[in-house]
Amino acid sequence: MLTIAGRTFGSRLFGGTGKFASPAVMREALAASGSEMVTVALRRVDLADPADDIMQVLDRDRYLLLPNTSGARDAREAIRLAHLARAAGNTEWLKLEVTPDPRTLLPDPVETLAATEILVKEGFIVLPYMNADPILALRLQDAGAAAVMPLGAPIGTNQGIVTGFQVRIIIDQARVPVVVDAGLGAPSHAALAMEMGADAVLVNTAIAVAGDPVRMARAFAKAVEAGREAYEAGLGEARTEAEPSSPRTGLDFLR
Amino acid sequence: MKITCNGEERVMAPGSTVIDLLRMLALDPEVVVVECDGAILKRPEYDSHLLTDGAVLELIRFVGGG
Repeated sequence: MLTIAGRTFGSRLFGGTGKFASPAVMREALAASGSEMVTVALRRVDLADPADDIMQVLDRDRYLLLPNTSGARDAREAIRLAHLARAAGNTEWLKLEVTPDPRTLLPDPVETLAATEILVKEGFIVLPYMNADPILALRLQDAGAAAVMPLGAPIGTNQGIVTGFQVRIIIDQARVPVVVDAGLGAPSHAALAMEMGADAVLVNTAIAVAGDPVRMARAFAKAVEAGREAYEAGLGEARTEAEPSSPRTGLDFLR
Repeated sequence: MKITCNGEERVMAPGSTVIDLLRMLALDPEVVVVECDGAILKRPEYDSHLLTDGAVLELIRFVGGG
C-alpha cells in the first residue's frame, strides 16, 4: 500500500479534473480510474455562471482533494493560493505548482523550494510539482515535502517519460514517495514509470482528452497495476548481448 | 456604497454583509471562499462580515485542474 503523510491509498493512479468535456464524463472517468486522490484548481468564480460548480460532482468521501496552485508564477502567489485552497477545501493537502513560463509550464525550482519551506511550517501537506532534478528532490524532501512529483515531460504534452535518467535517480534516492506527474500520454508511459519504481503517477490530460475518457481511465488503471506488480516482482536485467532462453546443452546429436 | 467584486464594480445597500452579496449572486456559501481586502474570511464570518465602501472582494472556488 502507498502511504503519503500517514494516509494510505489503494490506487497508485492519481487523477486530474481538468479538460473533461463534461462533469458527467469526468465523474465516470474518475470512477473507472480507481483513483482515490484527485487534483483541483482554484479560480475566480465566473459570476455569469454561478451554478458551474465542480464540487457538486466530486464525492469527497471517495476522493481526497489535492488542490493545486496552478497559475502561480512565484512563491508569493502560490502561498496565497494555498491559503485559499485550505479555506475552500478545509484541507491541508496541496499540490504546489509554481510555473512562471506559460509556454513551457516548467516549474521554478527556487520559488518552489522557498514556498515548500514556508508552507510546511504552516502545516500544509506539500506535494511539490518539480522538474526531474535529483538534487532538488532531496532539497524538497529535506524541507518537509510529503512526496515529490517530478515531471515526465511538460504539462499536457503527452510525451511520456523524457526525463527517465533523472527520474531513476530521484526514485533511488528518495525517502518520500515519488509521484511521476505531467506528460504521461499513454498507459505504457504510466506502466514504465511504475516499473521504474515510482510510487504513483498523476494523469489528467491523457485521460480527459482521450476519444473515450472512461475506457482510457480504465486502461491507465490496468497499466499502473501491471507496472507496479512488475516492479515488485523484480525485472530481469537489461543486457547488451543475447542470452538463449533454451538450454545451450543437449545439442550433441545435431553436430 | 460601491464595492469591487472579482474585478467588477457593484453597488450594495449600506449594511450589506458577505452573505447578502453571495445570495444576490446566487452562490452557495459552502463552496465559495471569500477574500476581502486581501484577508480570507472564515465561513461562519460570512453572515456577520459587513461590507464597507470601497471594499475589494475576490470570490474563489475550485474548478477542474491537473
